[in-house]
Amino acid sequence: MSATSPETRHGAPFAAARSPMAWLGIVPFMIFAILFLLWPTAHLVIGAFESKDGGFTFANIANLTQPAILNAYWLSIRISAASAFLGGLLGFALAYAAISGGLPRWIRPTLTTFSGVASNFAGVPLAFAFIATLGRTGLVTTLLVKWFDFNLYHTGFTILSFWGLTLTYLYFQIPLMVLILTPALDGLKKEWREAASILGASSLQYWLRIAIPVLWPSLLGAVLLLFANAFGAVATAYALTGSSLNIVPILLFAQIRGDVLHNPNLGYALALGMIVITALSNLAYIWLRAWSERWVK
Amino acid sequence: MRESRIGAWIAFGIGALYFILPLIATFEFSLRMKRGEYSFEAYRVVFADPRFQASFTYSVGQALATIFVGIALVVPTAYWVRLRAPQFRPIVEFITLLPLVIPAIVIVFGYLRIFNSSSLIPLTDTNLGTDALLMFGYVTLALPYLYRAVDTGLQAIDVRTLTESAESLGANAFTILTRVILPNIRPALLSGAFLTFAIVIGEFTFAALLNRPAFGPYLQLLGANRAYEPSALAIMAFLVTWACMGLMQLASRGLRLPTTDTR
Repeated sequence: MSATSPETRHGAPFAAARSPMAWLGIVPFMIFAILFLLWPTAHLVIGAFESKDGGFTFANIANLTQPAILNAYWLSIRISAASAFLGGLLGFALAYAAISGGLPRWIRPTLTTFSGVASNFAGVPLAFAFIATLGRTGLVTTLLVKWFDFNLYHTGFTILSFWGLTLTYLYFQIPLMVLILTPALDGLKKEWREAASILGASSLQYWLRIAIPVLWPSLLGAVLLLFANAFGAVATAYALTGSSLNIVPILLFAQIRGDVLHNPNLGYALALGMIVITALSNLAYIWLRAWSERWVK
Repeated sequence: MRESRIGAWIAFGIGALYFILPLIATFEFSLRMKRGEYSFEAYRVVFADPRFQASFTYSVGQALATIFVGIALVVPTAYWVRLRAPQFRPIVEFITLLPLVIPAIVIVFGYLRIFNSSSLIPLTDTNLGTDALLMFGYVTLALPYLYRAVDTGLQAIDVRTLTESAESLGANAFTILTRVILPNIRPALLSGAFLTFAIVIGEFTFAALLNRPAFGPYLQLLGANRAYEPSALAIMAFLVTWACMGLMQLASRGLRLPTTDTR
């Protein structure tokens, strides 16, 4: 057997298959992951606990509580939570309507395809689209004035605000919710509803006692995933607001470009804070999904 | 259940309105460049802009390189894990999911720290090095989607039998991968490739912070300085995304892959 001939990089000889050399085959992948994923992240995490002279410190973490940074986190959390919650609710309504709402059959594949497109249509072009729609001279803004004599901008709304950004984020959050939730809704068996109604349950009772208890881990998990998705988004916010809205990704962007916090290690701590928040919501999502898969088969 | 059907129509109607209005608004806005009439002037201006051509070409190149390197990395790994090293499956799958957990801006922040000119691997010293770094960054971003597409593709074929018959006919590992495995998972590969293309083509954060002349930063710059061209570009970006997703669905029709799984 040519067990020792290293012919190709990934081609560790097959004859040596079930030997202790099995790990050789994933070496290229591991090198890649360490170089371009694990090491860069670890570098920031370690840096977050280093003082300027290289000693260990919690000072950077403590420094995150200064008002400018705390406000950025708070605004980011609120925008992400609002877009995740509303996206979750509307995405659920839309997915449920398409799957179990008795609509014509063509609607479901159309919605799935469109959701695939819209959940990937984030970033700079999305910001442009919403400026053209709800900006000061946007189509909807001007039509509201023309048809209903209602000036959106007199209500204090601007596209560069909390609600402006939330409304824009919904454009990729709702479709993402539809995509994540479709399998869970498919698991909701028709027989359960029929059985419930035969036994005399009302629609409300069906939802409260059967559908929601079965669905809630999927629902909550999906909302957490949307939260992490919005929390890490940079491009949409940056293209929409420049640096006028103080949210964490924008602050970190400015910090990377020009050390606006005047302390590189504080920048690392800022990044660590982002990782912690997105990691926690993702872990909760994975845990909830595993939990719900035990029930919805 | 008549009432629930009415509710479903209302949900669908509001949803359709919310999703279609911005597209109509953007399209309408993009036609208004010439005062008093609708025209495709903004599109003409954009297409004639040499920076548009340069940045779009650059990003297409990046996307193709990302797809090539991504497949070269993911296919042997997924194949190997499935066939010879199943004990490594949990760790490999965990790593492929990490790019969804760690925000892109954090990853690129790390790159700028460990690949700068005073580091062991000073990739950002040269343009070519930075291009390569950007490409590896995009492979990282695409990893969760690409790995799962390929793994689903491998699941659908009998990897072991195919490998053993090829081996018994005298094929070496490289031949098996390129001549036997790759053609058999073509739908999965295409589907992963189109999704990767859609991710890379308009990506902003990595390209802007690594200072490369990609399409995303060009879009952002244009948006800050012009009125009508950005709308035209947004429509084009939407069409490109739509084309990628359409091709992806077409490609995955052959295999029983949950195309809804874009996350």
